[in-house]
Amino acid sequence: MNWINNVVRPKIRSFLNKKETPDNLWVKCPVSGEMVFYKDLEANQWVVPGSGHHMRIKGRDRLASFFDGGVYEEISMPEVAHDPLKFRDTKRYSDRLRDNRNKTGMEDAVLAGEGHVLGHKIVACVQDFDFMGGSLGMAAGEAIITAMDQALAHKLPFVMFAASGGARMQEGVLSLMQLPRTTVAVQRLREAHLPYIVVLTNPTTGGVTASYAMLGDVQIAEPGALIGFAGARVIEQTIREKLPEGFQRSKYLHEHGMLDMVVHRHNLRDIIGSLVGILTKQPMSEQFASKPPKPGLGSDAEDPSTDVSGDDDLLIAPPEAAHAE
Amino acid sequence: MQSYLDFEKPVAELQGKIEELQKLGDTGEAVEIDEELERLQSRAENALADIYAKLTPWQRTQVARHPQRPHFSDYVGHLISEWVPLSGDRKFGEDHALITGFGRFNGEPVAVMGTEKGSSTKSRIKHNFGSARPEGYRKAARIMDMADRFDIPVISFVDTSGAYPGVGAEERGQAEAIARSTEKCLELGVPNISIIVGEGGSGGAIAIATANRVLMLQNAIYSVISPEGGASILWRDAGKAKEAATAMKITAEDLMEFGIIDGMIKEPAGGAHRHMETVMDATGKEIAAFLEEFSGKSREDVREHRREKFLAIGKSLM
Repeated sequence: MNWINNVVRPKIRSFLNKKETPDNLWVKCPVSGEMVFYKDLEANQWVVPGSGHHMRIKGRDRLASFFDGGVYEEISMPEVAHDPLKFRDTKRYSDRLRDNRNKTGMEDAVLAGEGHVLGHKIVACVQDFDFMGGSLGMAAGEAIITAMDQALAHKLPFVMFAASGGARMQEGVLSLMQLPRTTVAVQRLREAHLPYIVVLTNPTTGGVTASYAMLGDVQIAEPGALIGFAGARVIEQTIREKLPEGFQRSKYLHEHGMLDMVVHRHNLRDIIGSLVGILTKQPMSEQFASKPPKPGLGSDAEDPSTDVSGDDDLLIAPPEAAHAE
Repeated sequence: MQSYLDFEKPVAELQGKIEELQKLGDTGEAVEIDEELERLQSRAENALADIYAKLTPWQRTQVARHPQRPHFSDYVGHLISEWVPLSGDRKFGEDHALITGFGRFNGEPVAVMGTEKGSSTKSRIKHNFGSARPEGYRKAARIMDMADRFDIPVISFVDTSGAYPGVGAEERGQAEAIARSTEKCLELGVPNISIIVGEGGSGGAIAIATANRVLMLQNAIYSVISPEGGASILWRDAGKAKEAATAMKITAEDLMEFGIIDGMIKEPAGGAHRHMETVMDATGKEIAAFLEEFSGKSREDVREHRREKFLAIGKSLM
């Protein structure tokens, strides 16, 4: 069965939807307005080279760019009950699911893989916003639990790349129940003393932030990511006030104690590799052994203007590889 | 630029003369200055040694607060590799006065935390002059919790005049945060070592200095309140800080005698700010010796050792 899921289906799918030339060869940066050739973006992990704006990245691209040499073994995900509410809004939920599966080539919003990062074995899980806004339903919840259980079984650190609009409305309260269910899996990681690192990406909102996405031993966010529980529009309408600039963005969360650091996408591998190596008490990676102590790790890549020269360079220098690659 | 403390005036004058002479030498006006220079230099060195051999507690306080003294970030830069700072209390804010993170000491994983005073006007404001708020102590407790879970020893560097006194800090439970952090220190099943490198100011210090081994730099001070604070409470005059500094017994030598600290790290004449590397290397050696000694001890033993140590304080003075 797994073999059919993992090998046959993707093959059929890739045969059916041959990789077409994208509609837009040029992508406009939403921040600076500059036009970037999509191949350049792809090569730069979907970070706009000029403005440093972090665009959304597809789940599989994320895993491939995260693991050493792009090599990982995808974890096969269990089947879950299909549309138990027989839900219908403007469209039947089952049709919506089918459309999204065809569009993304994924079964649901969550993918996971096991591979190496700077030589350390890790299980990483990613939510793909392209699949129904990365929403958390039974399939996504079960996938996260499955991935965490694999980390538990193999005694490996776990990295979660969160991106989600929140709970999947089409599954009603069954989707709400994924909050405590995934939390059980997080607790089991903690009890087994396995590091759990969360990377919040743009956007991570709603119920997802009220469960596994905020329970990491280490909380990292990508620059400029929208992270929050209640949507800005809902808050504005409730309190009838204009919200401050940068509200619910990663820098704001960092200043409010919710994050350990804001890290440029290009530096995630180094930081997470370091952290995992230290927390699992592995010998220092050769990459760091050959180099002098690397100051500035984990600094706020988003805002170099907070820089204070002098003694503080060590603590807040911008990451050296910010524009490498 | 070396800045001089009041009581270092004779040294400053000699140093001034030396510099003048050197300038003359550069212009080629003076002929035989080498001998004179040498003589002046050795006089300056002797004067410095004399002064530092008999520092009063109040003078020590000034050395402990010297702006050029090595700070938390200097120790981390010198002793820790692969440094990954972690921030935030996950409740309210990020406190730049108390810095925490993980890294490697001699290649081995360690958790590191400490108060940072900053060393330029801008960075001092950013670090709130080393006075932490509840967020700082809650972050420290969080990092200790992680260190304990992942079986990683904890090193702390203390340099604070005290926890920040402010309305917000009180509202958010400054006292509770300090109490919890101290409690977390005592709970640790992993060994912890604390070094008072500058000022060890009261509760703000003890929150991260309740350790299996507590060391002090020779010119550091450690007390229940700053000399100024003590003077204003007991003499009702902050100007009596000099007297308070002496009366309160705040120097490393005094605290060794009382059994409050486990050891003292010597500073060469002239203080840590004139011999940064030497002092930081010596500190590193002490940390290495401690970690070596405590490696292999069971979690119960480590915890029991710490508890017994603090319960025993004061008993020997009867």
